[in-house]
Amino acid sequence: MTPTQVATTKPPKQERRKFLSAPGIAFLIIVTQIPFVLAIWFSFTNWNLLRPDSQGFLGWDRMWRNYERILSSPDFLTVILNTIVLTVSVVLITFVLGLGFALLLNRPFPGRALARTLLISPFLMMPVAAAVLWKNIMLDPSFGLMSFYLSLFGIRNFYALEAFPMASVIAIVSWQWTPFVMLILLAGLQSLPDSTVEAARIDGASGWAMFRHIILPHLTRFIEIALLLETIFILSEFGVIFVTTSGGPGLQTTNLPYQIFLEAFSRQNVGRASAYGIFAVILANIVILLFLRVLRNNKKEVAL
Amino acid sequence: MTAGRSKLGSALLSALTLLLAFAMFFPILWMFLTSFKTEQLAIQFPPPLFFEPTLENWRVALLNSPFMQYLRNTIVITFFAIVLALALGIPTAYAMAFYQTKRTDSSLLWMMSTRMLPPAGVIVPLYVIFLRTNLLDTHLGLIILYAGMNFPLVVWMLRSFMLEVPYEVIEAARLDGANLWQEFGRVILPLLIPGLAATALLAMIFTWNEFFLAVNLTARDASPLSVYVSTFKAAQGNLFIAKMSAAATAAVIPVLVAGWVAQRQLVTGLTMGAIK
Repeated sequence: MTPTQVATTKPPKQERRKFLSAPGIAFLIIVTQIPFVLAIWFSFTNWNLLRPDSQGFLGWDRMWRNYERILSSPDFLTVILNTIVLTVSVVLITFVLGLGFALLLNRPFPGRALARTLLISPFLMMPVAAAVLWKNIMLDPSFGLMSFYLSLFGIRNFYALEAFPMASVIAIVSWQWTPFVMLILLAGLQSLPDSTVEAARIDGASGWAMFRHIILPHLTRFIEIALLLETIFILSEFGVIFVTTSGGPGLQTTNLPYQIFLEAFSRQNVGRASAYGIFAVILANIVILLFLRVLRNNKKEVAL
Repeated sequence: MTAGRSKLGSALLSALTLLLAFAMFFPILWMFLTSFKTEQLAIQFPPPLFFEPTLENWRVALLNSPFMQYLRNTIVITFFAIVLALALGIPTAYAMAFYQTKRTDSSLLWMMSTRMLPPAGVIVPLYVIFLRTNLLDTHLGLIILYAGMNFPLVVWMLRSFMLEVPYEVIEAARLDGANLWQEFGRVILPLLIPGLAATALLAMIFTWNEFFLAVNLTARDASPLSVYVSTFKAAQGNLFIAKMSAAATAAVIPVLVAGWVAQRQLVTGLTMGAIK
C-alpha cells in the first residue's frame, strides 16, 4: 500500500472532484449488476425460448423447481466434478511448472530475455487459436506432428483427444496458463531483497535450505495470488473445450460454462441455464472472497 | 539460486532453461512455419527441415476468405472498447487517486471482483437484454461489454500511475490557479503517457482474445476473429493444415507482439496492480 497522499486542506470546490468517479462506477454497475439481478429472476421462471408463452414466474410454491431439477439430475454432479477436476489439475500442473520456470529464469544469463519472451507466448495466444493449434496441427491422428512421432514407435491413428479427452484438455489449458504462474512468481522472486539472500548465505544456508526457509516464505503471498486468480479464470474456461471436444464425448469434458452454453443455446432453456449460472457465480465467489481476504491480509505490503 | 557454482554447471542450467523455453514455444513456431509450406509439404512425414517458403496459404487464408471482415470487426470492437474504458476510467482513476473517501478502497476491491465474475453466470440475461435492445450481433453490444470488462483494469492501473506523479507538481499547478483541465492536461497527462500505453496494450490483449461473450452474442455480421478461428474444428476441404496455420497465426500475431512489448507491465495488469 503506497502511503496515500492526502493534501492538507482542499478548497470545497475541489472536493467536488471526488464525484468524477461517478459515471464510470455507474456504468460498471449497469453492465455487471443488472444482468446478475436478471439472472436470479430468470432462474425462478419456466421460460423456454422454444415456447414463447412460457415466460412466467414459477410461483411462490414452485419457485425452486429449476434448482431442484438441476440438483436431482445426474448431469449436475458430472459437470461440477469436471469443473473441479479441470481447475484443480490445471492449477497444480501450472504451479509446479510455473515455479520451476520462475526459478530457472531468476538468474542472469545470456538469452534470459529471449527465454522469457518465448515462455510467455502461450499465454498470449487466444485460447481458441491454441486449441486449433493443438487439435489439428499437433494432435490430428492423420496429419498432426505428434502422430508422426508416435508412428515412429509403431503407434498409429492415436487420437489423444478421443482416447483421453479430459487429460488432453487439461494439458492444453496448462500449456496456456503455465506462463501466467511463472510471470507472477518471477516477479515475487525478483522482489526478494539481495541482502536477505546474502545474509542467509553468510549464515551458511544454501540450495534446499535457502529455498525452504528464505525463498518459499517470501513467495507464499505471490503463490496465493497467482493460484487464486488462476482458479477464478480457469473456472470459466470455455474456448478450448468448445474447439477441441465440444464438451464430449458424452459429458466427459463439459464444465459449468459449457453446460450453461448447452442449456441456453441448444436447449433454449432460459430458466435452467440461469439457475446453472447462479451456481457458477456462487462457485466463483467462494474463490473471489478467498482472494480478497489474501489481499486484505497483505494490504500492508501490497502496492495498491 | 546458486545451483551452478561452477561455470560448467551454470552454463548447463542456462542451456536447459533455453531448451525448455524453446520447447514451450515450439508449437507456436511450428504453426508459423507450417503456414509457409504447401499443403503437401505440411503433412509430409518426416517433416522437411528445409523447404521453399510460399506465401500462397497467406494469400488464400487472408484474401480468399472472410478473414478480413472478421479482422475488421475485431479491430473496431477492440479499439472502441478501449477508448470507452479509458474515457470512463480516467476520471474515475483521477478521483480515486487524489480525492479519496472512506469508501475508495472497498470500491477498488469491488471493481476487481466484477472483473472476476464468470461471464457464464450472466450470459442468458445478456442475451435477452441484447435481444430486446437490438444489440445482438452488433459492434456496439460487444464494445459496451468489453469496456465494462476492461474498466476495472484501467482504473487500477491508471490510479497507480497517477499516484506516482509527484504531488508537489500538482500542488504547484493548483497554486498557480490551474483548473481541472489545465492540471490534468498539462501536468498529469504528459507523465501518464507511458502508463496509458501499457494499460491500452493490456486491455487490447484481453479484448482481442475474448471468445465466450463473442460467440454467444454475435452471429455473423459483428463476430470478431476469435469466433472465426473457433470454426477451424477439423482439417478439411479448403481449410487445410497450412491455410489454417496461416489464418491462426495472423489472428494471434498482433497480441503476441503487444504482449512482448508490454512484458514489464504484464504482471501488474494480470494481478490488477496487486503485484508490481
